[in-house]
Amino acid sequence: MTYLFAAYLVVWIGFFLYLLSLSERQRRLSKELEALKGQISEGG
Amino acid sequence: MRSGRDPSEVLEIPILFWYIFGDMRWKLTYLLDGASSTGMVVALFMALLYAPTERTMGHAQRIFYLHVPLAWVSFLAFFVVFLGGIIFLRTRDLRWDRLALSSAEVGVLFCTLMLITGAIWAKVAWGVWWPWGDPRLTTTLVLWLIYLGYMLLRALSEEGRTAKVAAVFGIVGFLDVPVVFFSVRWWRSIHGVVVTSKGLNLDPKMASALWVCLAAFTLLYACLLLHRFLLEEAREELSRTGEEVV
Repeated sequence: MTYLFAAYLVVWIGFFLYLLSLSERQRRLSKELEALKGQISEGG
Repeated sequence: MRSGRDPSEVLEIPILFWYIFGDMRWKLTYLLDGASSTGMVVALFMALLYAPTERTMGHAQRIFYLHVPLAWVSFLAFFVVFLGGIIFLRTRDLRWDRLALSSAEVGVLFCTLMLITGAIWAKVAWGVWWPWGDPRLTTTLVLWLIYLGYMLLRALSEEGRTAKVAAVFGIVGFLDVPVVFFSVRWWRSIHGVVVTSKGLNLDPKMASALWVCLAAFTLLYACLLLHRFLLEEAREELSRTGEEVV
């Protein structure tokens, strides 16, 4: 039972961490986009 | 004179279809998120409650419903890298390169988890974490190292510079997938054979649970791939806009 629990835990943590990394990269990209928008509006 | 359509044109259709949706694509992605989350809950139910307990290994055998779908999705993901590489080399369209890169990343995740669950299975079934010398384990480890190398190549070089090399890398790397699959037939292996010429070598209830898990993990792969691909597209769009501003 311990091994079964360990296997399922590892897989779900793996998926969760990957989703977290995707959302973090998305957040960083949005931040960059906001900075770029700011640059454009300053220039215009 | 050419007759018929270029195969790469036919393969362009899904991506063009995706582009036609424009803003709707995020809504479609959310729909896929919902379907894959539901699929994973159903898969958990099938694996932990519906499938009967195996006589020899007991509950630990249920690791199988994670391990086999993880292996299937890894192969599928690396096949998409292979396909993306071929179409990119034919068309030089960077969208295919971005699709290959996205699929490689998701594939490495699934392959890593497959190796970990495989090691846990090995400990229960054979008493060791990693039976060195088993052809399936060794060829799978080589497959993982190949695509880890692919990801390192992409990470350590400037964006867009390595697309051609990466495409060749992804195509050649895929040659290991049939070797992994047939290794248990070609060489002496302690690894079990589930897929035979007569179908699945399983109890009907176990086979049903496995099919549901395979479908759920494939949906999850499609969902993660789309999110990763859209992220790569957004990054490209941002860098293009940035260059225009400068």
